[in-house]
Amino acid sequence: MEIIDILFTASFWAAAIRIASPLIFATLGELICERAGVLNLGIEGIMVAGAFAGWMAVYSGTGLWVGVAVAMLVGMLFGLLHSTLTVPFGLSQHVVGLGVTLLATSSTYYAYRLALPEVTSPPKIEAFQAFEIPILSDIPLIGPALFSQTPFTYLAFVLVAVVAVVLYRTPLGLAVRAAGENPAAVAAQGLSVTAIRMGAVVVGSGFMAMGGAFLTMSAFDSFFFEMVNGRGWICIALVVFGSWRPGKALLGAILFAAFDALQIRVQQTSLGSLLPYQIFLTMPYILSIVALVLMSRRAEVPAALMVPFNKGER
Amino acid sequence: MADAPVEALSLNAITKRFGELTANDAVGFSVDKGEVVALLGENGAGKTTLMNILFGQYTADSGTVAVFGKTLPPGNSRAALDAGVGMVHQHFSLAENLTVQENITLGVRSLFSLRSGRATARAKIIDLSKKFHLVVSPDARVASLTVGERQRVEILKALYRDVRILILDEPTAVLTPQETDDLFATLRLAIESGLSIIFISHKLHEVMAIADRVVVLRHGKMIGGARTQDTDKHALAAMMMGTEATAPQVEPINPGPALLELQDVTTPNIGTAPGLKSVSLALRAGQIIGLAGVSGNGQAAMADVVGGLRSPSSGYVALNGTRIQKWNPRTAVQSGIARIPEDRHKTGTISDFDLTENAILERYKTAAFSTSGWLNWRKSRAFAQSIIDKYDVRCPGADTPIRLLSGGNMQKLILGRVLEADPQIILANQPVRGLDIGAVNYVHGQLLAARDRGAAVLLISEDLDEVMALSDVIHVIAGGRLSPAFGRAEMTPAQLGTWMAGQGFDEVVTHAS
Repeated sequence: MEIIDILFTASFWAAAIRIASPLIFATLGELICERAGVLNLGIEGIMVAGAFAGWMAVYSGTGLWVGVAVAMLVGMLFGLLHSTLTVPFGLSQHVVGLGVTLLATSSTYYAYRLALPEVTSPPKIEAFQAFEIPILSDIPLIGPALFSQTPFTYLAFVLVAVVAVVLYRTPLGLAVRAAGENPAAVAAQGLSVTAIRMGAVVVGSGFMAMGGAFLTMSAFDSFFFEMVNGRGWICIALVVFGSWRPGKALLGAILFAAFDALQIRVQQTSLGSLLPYQIFLTMPYILSIVALVLMSRRAEVPAALMVPFNKGER
Repeated sequence: MADAPVEALSLNAITKRFGELTANDAVGFSVDKGEVVALLGENGAGKTTLMNILFGQYTADSGTVAVFGKTLPPGNSRAALDAGVGMVHQHFSLAENLTVQENITLGVRSLFSLRSGRATARAKIIDLSKKFHLVVSPDARVASLTVGERQRVEILKALYRDVRILILDEPTAVLTPQETDDLFATLRLAIESGLSIIFISHKLHEVMAIADRVVVLRHGKMIGGARTQDTDKHALAAMMMGTEATAPQVEPINPGPALLELQDVTTPNIGTAPGLKSVSLALRAGQIIGLAGVSGNGQAAMADVVGGLRSPSSGYVALNGTRIQKWNPRTAVQSGIARIPEDRHKTGTISDFDLTENAILERYKTAAFSTSGWLNWRKSRAFAQSIIDKYDVRCPGADTPIRLLSGGNMQKLILGRVLEADPQIILANQPVRGLDIGAVNYVHGQLLAARDRGAAVLLISEDLDEVMALSDVIHVIAGGRLSPAFGRAEMTPAQLGTWMAGQGFDEVVTHAS
């Protein structure tokens, strides 16, 4: 019964949306890459780099939105590295992706130590504050949950709509989707598969870094090691869960975040004293796996995902 | 015809090499406005390569392409498209998950245009499809279309871009006769509206039917050309092959014992295609059994059962009179069933493996190619080389990835792979689909030779002429059921037509019993 009660509290849903926000950015980023035919396993490392870059920029005195832009730019640079190796050179997307994750993670930690050699506990920044949207935030339950978040969260939702419109309503989106389905068809129409795929990976990686930046700039207000904590890998699963569609991926991210918010609260109920807390920690992951199994049966993988394209080869 | 012909396209001394293989050797010809030029040649003669150069998908080692007098920059599809060259590839370049309209409009508008222009695009597509009789819904997903419909989408794609020169690479290879007629009607409309067409084919009667002029390629070289009104099929065949083509002669011989029997075999349906419905069939030594019928009437199920890919859900398979309990691909191969699969690319070969690896695919575990778990590459390579020599597989070498070979040469390797084991039972499923006359006669000759030395052959083909020419005994398959057997000379086209439509099986059975 206590669990049902939790589901009807505004604070629970507000937490779910907050937890979902970084996942939404990174999932969209991964989705764009995969729609163009490139699996980007650099996501976890790029999120780490973005988390640090955005936070560091603000810590050194820039404005918050400049910090977001810096994070995005750093992500795009790693995306450029990833796509150069995987698209024109056609190297293994698995190996390159894991390599980018390792490189981005370790160079971030190195940069952190270089920038702040003395500190024992990481300094906090003046992060994004909640912005209550007039009128809408007065709606019971939905208001506090959806419309009393930080502007960074609103950006996540706006981005979902933008990506969906671009993918399905513009010539550019059509070219991106076709590049992931049959690059030969794209080349036959006189478009450059290389440019489309690289562009998608660069932009997608920028979004991933923004997801990382959300953690330091809108959630924890500070940067510490291991803070991304596998969120990147979750996003890869969320892309599959969302059948490579932005709207469904958004729902997936919120669902996962809701499980996460729920388990924290369930730990504090009478059930929490019965079971070890680790059981609750695993809950979102187990439920995600179950949901993934159920959903992805009908998923339509981009046909040319992970297939390198070399012009002029038979 | 008062106007002097306008030269729409000229190819000048195009040369292209793939490694050691010269695919095009100083090939050059021109096409006038409103003219249909057929590019004729055997598989591997270099037709497709030449067209890919014209369309900017390959870069020529030397030579130039000019459209309406303007030289195109090499290796640039965009420039070719902008100049008005459109190409319908043999293997369609469509994205299956997208709709017809999305495939057609891909890349037409500037990528950074914010407006999708879907309504105008849709109107134009519907307009074009009416004008050229290309019936297809703009909203259908390509994955749900038949092969014939996909081809219409490809042609629409070109017409949508207002092409002036349309290249069609083996357009009829995948079509039924009815669809071919429709295609030709569309092409005639296109010519009337002033398009030039390059029609690549190796089917002589089609070339004679549609083309004004023929250009013949052989082994990458241009052998000659002729106006269709000044030539005939025999002369063209001779030019294409270097010698007069001769169809194999079939001498009747007495069949031996049944080597493989299907008894009341029933299998589940495969998608929309029917499975077998209580089919009984005996393959006898020294006999070719032909299975005629319209595509998708249970041929795939039959091939799967004989090839060991599918076990009967009821009924049984017997080998040399013994009923088989465990029927799977390995048992089938070990029992000496040679399989020539319907789709060389998907099930016959592994594209990125080289010729040697593909040659031993079915038998790599046998003593011929491995000892106590270790592959013997020396023997394997020697085997591949012997197939290359004996079956005239044209390729740079045994270590070439098989995807670089033309369809005919790929088929020759498959043929060599299965025939070198002296099989007693041969399953030939569409063995000559997409092959040129030279390769067709060769494959047919090999099947007949195998029959003459006592092998049992099951020939599945949608080409009625092929079935009639080769088979000792013929069945029609329709809706997963077999018609009664008949001999080559016994049937009238009318009766065959009735059977192929799936009617009248039972009447004949009652008469016979």
